Amino acid sequence: MNLDCKHVWEHISEYIDKTVDAELRKDIELHLEHCEICSAILDSTRNILILTADDRTFELPVGYSKRLHQRLKDEIEKSKHEPPVGEAK
Amino acid sequence: MGTMDTNEAGLIARILAGEKELFHDLIRPYERMVYLTLLAIVKNETEAEDGAQEAVISAYRHLASFRGDAKFSTWLTTIAINQGRKRLRKAKGAAEESIEEEADSHVGDFTPAPLTDWREIPLEALERKELREALRAAVAELPDIYRQVFVLRDLEEQNIEETAEALGINPGTVKVRLHRARIMLQKCLVPFLKTTAPARRGFFGRAL
Repeated sequence: MNLDCKHVWEHISEYIDKTVDAELRKDIELHLEHCEICSAILDSTRNILILTADDRTFELPVGYSKRLHQRLKDEIEKSKHEPPVGEAK
Repeated sequence: MGTMDTNEAGLIARILAGEKELFHDLIRPYERMVYLTLLAIVKNETEAEDGAQEAVISAYRHLASFRGDAKFSTWLTTIAINQGRKRLRKAKGAAEESIEEEADSHVGDFTPAPLTDWREIPLEALERKELREALRAAVAELPDIYRQVFVLRDLEEQNIEETAEALGINPGTVKVRLHRARIMLQKCLVPFLKTTAPARRGFFGRAL
């Protein structure tokens, strides 16, 4: 089947996630071969996802982990005088 | 050195049996995820950190109620989401409740922005700090329901089913929201790239 661009865009997210069925996948690939616009949209969307998953894009506050474990340490200390974990409300 | 039980179920069993300190090890791989989940909901770094601490403490206190029928990460994400929603309600009052039910029927144009020269942008461009900042800002600007799905799925890299379970929505809804979120971000970032990428073609040269 000959897909138009709009049809490709509608499935671009599922195409990236590889959840489109085999036939549609083939049609999309066929379209991408000759459509520069859709290819660029696909690449740009993919690149955004790569950038999103890169740990440097969304950084944790400095000292976050240290503060978290200190708080947890205090809580664990406190709970040692209580019934086993999970039973406290 | 004794033989350390490194698998999660084993760790959980030992914690529940009294080796409480092991909770530090159990939670370590998920610290980032808990913070990002909170940030996606409360959108404020200080609130997100406080909420993340609360969520982790809550997971510690209620570990015995974790049944193991879901993944530990999903169970923990659910706690983080609940913590975030609680904070949001507290901060904004009951009025927020209705917003949480924000419909998916955003009348919007969910078509991507065309560009023709992204592939010519060198890989190093992705290393640019400004691009990361633009992406962070764009994610923060997404409507809540889209941002939450996007963060769980594409930032924390949970799968569709896990994302659905943690947010209490069905997988189909996750897919629709994810698609829209990605397209909105693509649209947001394209103009940014156009203004910072070297113009190589007449078309963009003229547009600039």
